[in-house]
Amino acid sequence: MTHRLTAAGAVTASVLVLCAAVPYLAPALDEPFYVIVFARIMIWAIAAVSLNLIMGYGGMISFGHAVYLGIGGYAVAILGFHDITSAWVQLPVAIGLSAVVALVFGVICLRTRGIYFIMITLALAQMVYFLGVSAERYGSDDGLNILWRSDFGTRHFDLEDSVVMYYTIFAVLLGCLLVKWRIVFSRFGMVLRASRSNDTRVQAVGVPTFRYRLVAFVIAGVMCGLAGFLQANLERFVSPDMMNWHRSGELILMTVLGGTSTLFGPVVGAVIFLMLSEILSTVTIHWHLVFGPFLVLVVLFARGGVMGLLGSRDTHD
Amino acid sequence: MDYVLLIEQLLNGFQLGIILFLMAAGLTLVFGIMDLVNLAHGSLFMIGAFVGGTLALATGSFLLGAVLMVPAMFVIGILIETIALRTLYRRSHLDQVLATFGLILFFNEATRLIWGPEGLVIPLPDFLEGTVALGAGITYPLYRVVIIGIGLLVALGLYLLVAKTRFGMLVRAGASNRTMAGALGVNIPVLFTLVFGIGAVLAGLAGLIITPITQAAIGMGEDVLILAFVVIVIGGIGSVRGAFIAAVLTGVIDTMGRSFLDLLLLLVLPANAAEAAGPALSSMLIYILMAGILFFRPQGLFPPRGATAVQ
Amino acid sequence: MTKDARGADLVAQGLNKSFGGLQAATDLSVSARRGEIHAVIGPNGAGKTTFVHMLSGFLRPDSGKIVFQGHDVTDLSPAARVQRGLARSFQITSVFREFTVLENVILPVQSRLGHSFRFWRPVLSDPTVLEPARALLEEVGLGDRAGVVAGHLAHGEQRQLEIAIALATKPSFLLLDEPMAGMGPDENRALIDFLGALKTDHGMLLVEHDLDAVFALADRITVLVYGRVMASGRPAEIRKDAQVRDAYLGETQV
Repeated sequence: MTHRLTAAGAVTASVLVLCAAVPYLAPALDEPFYVIVFARIMIWAIAAVSLNLIMGYGGMISFGHAVYLGIGGYAVAILGFHDITSAWVQLPVAIGLSAVVALVFGVICLRTRGIYFIMITLALAQMVYFLGVSAERYGSDDGLNILWRSDFGTRHFDLEDSVVMYYTIFAVLLGCLLVKWRIVFSRFGMVLRASRSNDTRVQAVGVPTFRYRLVAFVIAGVMCGLAGFLQANLERFVSPDMMNWHRSGELILMTVLGGTSTLFGPVVGAVIFLMLSEILSTVTIHWHLVFGPFLVLVVLFARGGVMGLLGSRDTHD
Repeated sequence: MDYVLLIEQLLNGFQLGIILFLMAAGLTLVFGIMDLVNLAHGSLFMIGAFVGGTLALATGSFLLGAVLMVPAMFVIGILIETIALRTLYRRSHLDQVLATFGLILFFNEATRLIWGPEGLVIPLPDFLEGTVALGAGITYPLYRVVIIGIGLLVALGLYLLVAKTRFGMLVRAGASNRTMAGALGVNIPVLFTLVFGIGAVLAGLAGLIITPITQAAIGMGEDVLILAFVVIVIGGIGSVRGAFIAAVLTGVIDTMGRSFLDLLLLLVLPANAAEAAGPALSSMLIYILMAGILFFRPQGLFPPRGATAVQ
Repeated sequence: MTKDARGADLVAQGLNKSFGGLQAATDLSVSARRGEIHAVIGPNGAGKTTFVHMLSGFLRPDSGKIVFQGHDVTDLSPAARVQRGLARSFQITSVFREFTVLENVILPVQSRLGHSFRFWRPVLSDPTVLEPARALLEEVGLGDRAGVVAGHLAHGEQRQLEIAIALATKPSFLLLDEPMAGMGPDENRALIDFLGALKTDHGMLLVEHDLDAVFALADRITVLVYGRVMASGRPAEIRKDAQVRDAYLGETQV
């Protein structure tokens, strides 16, 4: 790794500084709405960062990753519905449930490759989506409101305070980036990246890749479950739409837009995607008409995403 | 349990299976032969419904609309393949997923722009209204019988095409071994285009024939697409026979589960628990089936030859 | 066990394998000793690569048994066989193309050091992995190429790296699937010398098309034709075998 200031590094630094400054900048610019916009962006960024751990570095194209947003979110909402608002219950349940679901799904779909893997992750996610739709007690399609945000039991850390909420999201994003950075370059990350490049060869040097890929799959699921936990708290609302397969597609999209195989790419992708949809949708309600072909063009011509264009390469391609 | 209801639901399940087969047949060949992840196949289902429906309304005849839809979908399929998809064959699966996801957004929005957000209602022609008596006191809607008949005819035709013709031989060769098909001197690009065109017609047909029962709506192909994925995974990529068996299996199990699972649960659970678990469990049933089959046969029930060798 | 099998390191007993209707191995028995190079030759389609896949665990034989150093390994995964000291190289170069040369050998080194469930420490600043990896690269003559991306190496160097990756697991036995594939005569000679030197510490089973290399290196040769053993013995015996000459050697340059 070089220490010179690259364009990609500059983008990384400015996005992070911007995220940190928004709660002060937005009111000053008389655009307080942007505080919630950026909180949302950062939550999607956490989810995209988690997806990129398995997709960008492990070559596992999960088309059902949004399911963990739903699981993390519903953990908060359903426990809250039953008057259990303590974060010390909700958070472990959100994490534990995400881990268990990722483990079970991983065992099923990691036995397959390529197109099969994509279809099965999509199908399993759809199963949970329909489970949400069929859960009449918890609002079915209409979703469930959350009266109280997760309660950490101390006045010094109260998510009801919007500034605390915002910086909690920011801190989790930084934490996930740090964890991902360490993992990618560790021995574990070495196995993960190598199995993406040539899985047969990794087995042929004595590494049973299945269990490593499975653990990565679970780590990514938990990270995304955390994003769901935060999203439910931020919006005070959950619905099956959080796990709609379009959300999973959008997560892939953000990741590729920003640059797979780059640590920070998914964050940049989330910023671009959500800002672009924010702006385009004010221009025309038919913005998908432009956006769809735009995606096709991005795929065809801008390989490596924004961070790739800026010359960021964590792995040598 | 009322056996009339049982048989009715069995037929409903079979009819859903037929729709799924029409979707999955084209898709499994596209996957098998071209190794292309095409999410936009669901859009073809929707386009078939809207285009066929518009033709039916314009000509005043549902039947004529359906007949005209066939060449229309064939051309649309070929256009999509040549303009957008052809460049994707050599790309990674990730690129394919993303690009065809972009196509879905485009087609959904284009449909909204052309036909408006409310969709399209296609009335059933009078001669297809009514019911038929199947004997033993069972009556069943005529139109659903027609759907099943059309599906079986298409399945038979597709079987003959794939199993008995030179074109079918090339398709099978392509599905199990692309390099070999190339070595046989096959004009692969033309083969791909034709297969894609046929797949588009089948998907469009599925979309159109379901429209009088539901209605043409934006994004109507997406849930069917994911069910078709389940079918393909169960049946084995590239296998038309596998697609048919898996489609009927999936359709019947899904429909029967939704109708009778809560009754079955009543046998083992208290009433309120069965009522709560019934819908939840029945919506998961086919996915559990898929997971179970995958666990024992990761390549599906009918993997094409050569798919089991070392990766 | 046959007389041959006694004292052998790697024994294949009566392996059968078919793909659909195609019989790729029929009652295949081969035993390879420590300290020797056992070459497997045969015309195209003789089932040589299928044989290596079965020995290394990437294909499961329909019937038959594979014994490595006295243990039945027939049901072990490829990874578990490597952990017991049975490593392989590939006919089609399968280095990690986007990794550097150094990173290519780091992975097998860390595999040898135990499990890789270590999530925090960057592997590139971990001397327990780096030092053996660098030492190995020096040994195989790729020391000055450590920082180069493997995909940018010349073909001959990639073949060298291919073997280095297998060696980095510190195997006691090496399965080499056509190590000479696509190499020029000079590179060939260097590789023959290199493999000959490995013989002292490793058992080796060598599948190879290049008969010059085979007769220069092998202590024993097994000839496969259509998935069956046609002949097996010392190089001199094989050279004399009329059946082999007719079926195989006759049509080549020997």
